[in-house]
Amino acid sequence: MSADSQNIVFDNVSKFYGDVLGVNRVTLTIPPGITSLVGPNGSGKTTLMNLMTGLLQPTRGTIGVLGVSPNHPEQLFRQLGYCTQFDSFPRGFTGYQFVYSFLRLYGCTHAEAEEFTWAAIERVKLVEAAHRKIAGYSKGMRQRIKLAQSTCHGPSVLVLDEPLNGLDPLVRAEVIALLRSLAEEGMHIIISSHVLHEVDMISDQVVLLSNGYVIAEGKIRGVRGELDEQPMQVMIRCGKPASLAAKVFEHDSVVEARMHSDGKGLLVKTRDPDKFYLLLNQLALNGIGLESVVPADDDVNSLYEYLIGGEEPAR
Amino acid sequence: MKTLWFAQIAAILQLEMRKTFLSRRGLWVYLLALFPLIPFAGHSIESTIRGRPCDFGHDTNVYASIFQLLDLRVVVFFGCLGIFMNLFRGEVLDRSLHYYFLAPVRREILVVGKYLAGLIAAVTIFTTSTILQWIAMYAHFPSRTVLDYLNDGNGWSHLIAYAVTTVFACIGYGSLFLLTGALFRNPIFPAAGILIWEGINSFLPSILQKFSVIYYLKSLVPIDAQPNLEAPFALLTVNTDPVPAVVAIVGMLAFTLLVIVIAALQVRRMEINYGTD
Repeated sequence: MSADSQNIVFDNVSKFYGDVLGVNRVTLTIPPGITSLVGPNGSGKTTLMNLMTGLLQPTRGTIGVLGVSPNHPEQLFRQLGYCTQFDSFPRGFTGYQFVYSFLRLYGCTHAEAEEFTWAAIERVKLVEAAHRKIAGYSKGMRQRIKLAQSTCHGPSVLVLDEPLNGLDPLVRAEVIALLRSLAEEGMHIIISSHVLHEVDMISDQVVLLSNGYVIAEGKIRGVRGELDEQPMQVMIRCGKPASLAAKVFEHDSVVEARMHSDGKGLLVKTRDPDKFYLLLNQLALNGIGLESVVPADDDVNSLYEYLIGGEEPAR
Repeated sequence: MKTLWFAQIAAILQLEMRKTFLSRRGLWVYLLALFPLIPFAGHSIESTIRGRPCDFGHDTNVYASIFQLLDLRVVVFFGCLGIFMNLFRGEVLDRSLHYYFLAPVRREILVVGKYLAGLIAAVTIFTTSTILQWIAMYAHFPSRTVLDYLNDGNGWSHLIAYAVTTVFACIGYGSLFLLTGALFRNPIFPAAGILIWEGINSFLPSILQKFSVIYYLKSLVPIDAQPNLEAPFALLTVNTDPVPAVVAIVGMLAFTLLVIVIAALQVRRMEINYGTD
């Protein structure tokens, strides 16, 4: 089996809306697991998702989803589900009809469609509201019924555009747990979210976008490691931070050390984390009591700050 | 695979039929279809009340004229515009077209399914209207006269010919408006263009007349029109270069097939862009 048939591949893809840039020269390979698209409004996240699902045609370049072109919806949507950001539904539909009709279009018999519909609706906990019109649903319920529809046929690729929007904290946690379990089963999950700490919590890898360009991609720590110009921040909790600060400053890779406000920790910035961790090992062996050593800026939030920085984060 | 296509077309029909038959947006199509009943029913009621005898042949010619001038050129034309133009454009306005585009359905199948749904609705509504108008037209004649016309004259063949012409009008105009709705964001101007083209068709050179729906429909109607109709109505109803009915039917089906293929190609390239990113 070729790598292209196991991954989602963008090859030099550009999309222009007339003169307006959507995305430009995107070359990406997305492996299984949860991949988050992160970037401010208008950075091209939704464009990338719509290109992947054939709702938009690329101006240039090619896209393959597990080896299938988005130009073949009859094959693509047998293995892909897309929970879009569009908050509109076919007129007069109930939640049940929304999922059921999709399954009939998929080719299921009435009995199969009924079974899969209830299974999907149960998964998002909407059984009691299933026969109510979607027009009367709350934002969170609409989000959940879209999630049910996009997963009802058991796809191996799930594309979710802002799926946590409008969900209350309990359902958010349940959805995140559901996504994690689906990813562990080998599913590709591509998610765009504005909530960076949630992206951080659930993502295996990230794609950072800005103004239509991919500015970084990969596992969060890997991307962070490549940012040489930004010293790595390490938070060390210990009983004698002042003494520790004196010791670490002897090391030439340390560019800054700052006492924590509670006086029981030290925030160190280093240009060579590997050497710094070795130094910490030696200091620990020499009797400086270290309670914990935690990287302080290898999360999505920091990556966003370093790479996209001044741009207003999308809310 | 063939079974899957049928199942998918059946699913599309099920979804679309409710929209085309029962939507509030389509209410005016029913009113439009019922509109020609008014003069026929009015004529019948007036003749019955006044006890004024009517000439059967004259009324038959009047029906033929009104069928061509009002039914085909106005009622079915605008009715099909309302039904078929909305098949894709209506969904774009409702921002719900992505529901279909995200299903594992070939877009060509989607076009066929939607077209068939529109066709079933249009044929049901307008053929019923045609038959009701015909009944209303002859309602004031003694039943024996009408039965003689049906059984011994050309009554049944005329009625069937009017119904078939209505069906083919729906087939032809339906395909044109399906394509227009898929091609243009604002289809008002193209629709006006089609209306003008169909309207001036009778005044065009013979070769150009063949590139219109009305040309073939005029070859299907059983009676040309009232012979002493005034100009320019006479020109609109007279078929100066008629073709045999079978040629008209084959020509219309070929034209429809071509238009649907173009619509399918267009929908295959269609993007969903409701203006968000």
